[in-house]
Amino acid sequence: MSTTTPLLQISGLTKAYPGVVANDDVSFDIGAGQIHALLGENGAGKSTLVKMIYGLVKPDRGDMRLRGNAYAPVQPSDARKSGIAMVFQHFSLFDALDVAENVALGMENPPPLRDLATRIRDVSEAYGLPLDPSRLVGELSAGERQRVEIIRCLLQDPKLLIMDEPTSVLTPQEVDILFRTLRKLSEEGTAILYISHKLEEIRSLCSEATILRGGQKVATCDPREKSARALAELMVGQLLTPPERAARATGDVVLQVDGLSLKSNNPFGTSLKDINFALRAGEVLGIAGVAGNGQDELLLVLSGELASPSDRVRLLGQPVGHLGPNGRRGLGLVAAPEERLGHAAAPDMSLTENAYLSGAGRKELVKNGFIDWGKSRDFAESVIARFDVRTPGPHVVARALSGGNLQKFVIGREIEQAPAVIIVNQPTWGVDASAAATIRQALLDLAAQGAGVVVISQDLDELLEVADSFAALNEGRLSAPRPARGLTVDQIGLMMGGAHDLHAPEGADA
Amino acid sequence: MIQLEKRLAPSKRAQYLNPFLAVALTMVAGGLMFAVLGKDPLAAIRLIFFDPIFSEQFGSYSRPQLLIKSAPLILIAVGLAIGFRAGIWNIGAEGQYIIGALCGAGVALAFYPMEGWFIFPLMVVAGALGGFLWAMIPAILKTRFNTNEILVSLLLVYVAEKLLAGMALGLLRNPDVAGFPGSRDLRRYESAHNADLIANTGMHWGVVAAMIAVILAYVMMTRHSLGYQVRLAGQAPRAARFAGVSPTRLVVVCFGIAGVLAGLAGMFEVSGPSGQVRIDFASGYGFTAIIVAFLGRLNPIGIVLAGLLLGLTYIGGELSQMMLQLPGAAIQVFQGMLLFFLLALDFQTNYRLKLTKGARA
Repeated sequence: MSTTTPLLQISGLTKAYPGVVANDDVSFDIGAGQIHALLGENGAGKSTLVKMIYGLVKPDRGDMRLRGNAYAPVQPSDARKSGIAMVFQHFSLFDALDVAENVALGMENPPPLRDLATRIRDVSEAYGLPLDPSRLVGELSAGERQRVEIIRCLLQDPKLLIMDEPTSVLTPQEVDILFRTLRKLSEEGTAILYISHKLEEIRSLCSEATILRGGQKVATCDPREKSARALAELMVGQLLTPPERAARATGDVVLQVDGLSLKSNNPFGTSLKDINFALRAGEVLGIAGVAGNGQDELLLVLSGELASPSDRVRLLGQPVGHLGPNGRRGLGLVAAPEERLGHAAAPDMSLTENAYLSGAGRKELVKNGFIDWGKSRDFAESVIARFDVRTPGPHVVARALSGGNLQKFVIGREIEQAPAVIIVNQPTWGVDASAAATIRQALLDLAAQGAGVVVISQDLDELLEVADSFAALNEGRLSAPRPARGLTVDQIGLMMGGAHDLHAPEGADA
Repeated sequence: MIQLEKRLAPSKRAQYLNPFLAVALTMVAGGLMFAVLGKDPLAAIRLIFFDPIFSEQFGSYSRPQLLIKSAPLILIAVGLAIGFRAGIWNIGAEGQYIIGALCGAGVALAFYPMEGWFIFPLMVVAGALGGFLWAMIPAILKTRFNTNEILVSLLLVYVAEKLLAGMALGLLRNPDVAGFPGSRDLRRYESAHNADLIANTGMHWGVVAAMIAVILAYVMMTRHSLGYQVRLAGQAPRAARFAGVSPTRLVVVCFGIAGVLAGLAGMFEVSGPSGQVRIDFASGYGFTAIIVAFLGRLNPIGIVLAGLLLGLTYIGGELSQMMLQLPGAAIQVFQGMLLFFLLALDFQTNYRLKLTKGARA
């Protein structure tokens, strides 16, 4: 094994964009027939790396060797000619054309359609990917569309197949079929570069994994020999030992979620499956998880932007699942979504107008449908003053604020409404350290005053700093919340990796 | 290769300057067009933009015409602008205008020859309701079946035109005059006549309605929560959902307002300046109002100015047909150029053209 030349050698690849180094001196090898995982959080640099391999992005430094020869693709067709194919996360297919026509459109030299249909049938049978070449793509499921893309690649007889998050759109059954196909391809000598952040998938499929964090390679290892915890730890950075914290006295249940499931209406979203938790007054519940495991959906369904059967979500004992955001705000539940510009705040509106955005009802900024702009400005000013938002005044548009200042404004706007329950997603994402500290302290203060707080975050340090109880989202499932106190790093890793069966602490020790 | 790059901070001044630049550019390009047609460009421009108001010869006729032409444009554009601000594209105001006229005229003709104070108010209600209901077709299809409102509202214009022709030739045809298409002349039916409020000024009820609509729209957009929701949905749709704005409700409300105003415009037109339901009743106000709305920066006050300007081009177009034998289509080209230059300037304000050498950077 060690004497043969690897299929693709990547050495020192570096790519910088203005303000961010997407890849910093990344090197690793992919052997022929190997299923190699590329693992990392969103923004770790996986996409940039594969775009360089596929000729979509030109590296600033570093080089690649394919079967020992220099390889520097200028455009994707160079990569395809060299035997490298890629299945993108977002498909590029025409709904109004049939499968064979779509396949022909993506080929360099397509054969006549009739021959192509035969070949599609042959390949689809050979690899266990059932697909009828004469069907219209518009009628196919997401899994079948992916098969069209895969077969299009396979017809080119690739030596390396790059797959970007292929299972994010598949049902469990389709995942099984896909994995069988990929293993068969691997046996026949086709290498696969498999991009994902789903740890269990990678452990069952891949024989080697390269882990990226912040654009740098952290490790190359055999994922089957590592636990999900160890992989998660590598992905998100060194876990700190949880700080000892005094358990706060908590009161009655303020927010109760029972058996909440939600089918995502976005094909690339994550469906929520049977979410259960109870949040008490004065409690901070931290929800961890790698991005894309249902965080956005959970916030939307709790804030009221997405509806659910009314009794699935209870606020202060009252069923609220059917209520919209304003109905829930009226009863005392407020939320701050992850995306500051465009979701939590309107970029081109002034801070006064943005204060009105969510504060209209609870701060009584509107009377008989007419807006009290004076009162709205006072509200904006009070948020600016209390949360130390650095801005010339409430007339400034939201987009003119720095990330940290806008985040302080957005979270402050919700806290100033004195809610009974507040849900925040990524409250300190992209925020400087001092603003982050302000925001965390404000959330803790709110809890001390008796509000229930849900913090959804990918930052484990943050969660361990603020949370009383701790749960993790994994592929749309929420682990049972446990007291954050005394939680070991091992247990957190297992919760994030999706090992839901280990609820009892003594089970983990055994 | 040419690349487009979004400007980080589009100039606010250009926002207000662009309409004036567009008018100037239209005059230059229009002048060129007239020159190619073998007419004196300066005389043509003068005839279109200045003579309708300042000429001693035509002024007495065309000055009242200015209000008559501008009122429906402003009335329709105010309604359209609210939807456009929310990102809801009602392109079918022409159809709503026609149906409003048919409903208003229908009520009047149903009462003919009875006289009564209540007939005109009933016509107003019927016109508004007709436009509203016609606008509800694309609105409900969009909210229920997620159809494209641009296509549905536009295509319904042609349905409305067929309906208009059918009515002019059939149900609403004047039974007293055999062989001629078209309804009775409402101007000769006192209870239904939308007469000048002050004689020979062109100041009819439609002008009053347009002024009221402008004021109400201005108040709504700046002070009322509905106007805030419209602006929020147009600027940041996700933030609008976070603020609890229902997209469905907004589509219905925006189409409803535009439909009511377009229907009123049609009703005031058919009962006044036009007088009759005729096959050629629809004169494109519903489409020109789209230009008015954008030229007026979707702002009620701006729309008044833009409406007066486009009203002027209608009258000037008629004058230039008469005096210079310019083809009637020339004035439509002229209006089209105005929108074209405005959109080009706006695009230029928001984007920067970047020339890059070679195929790839």
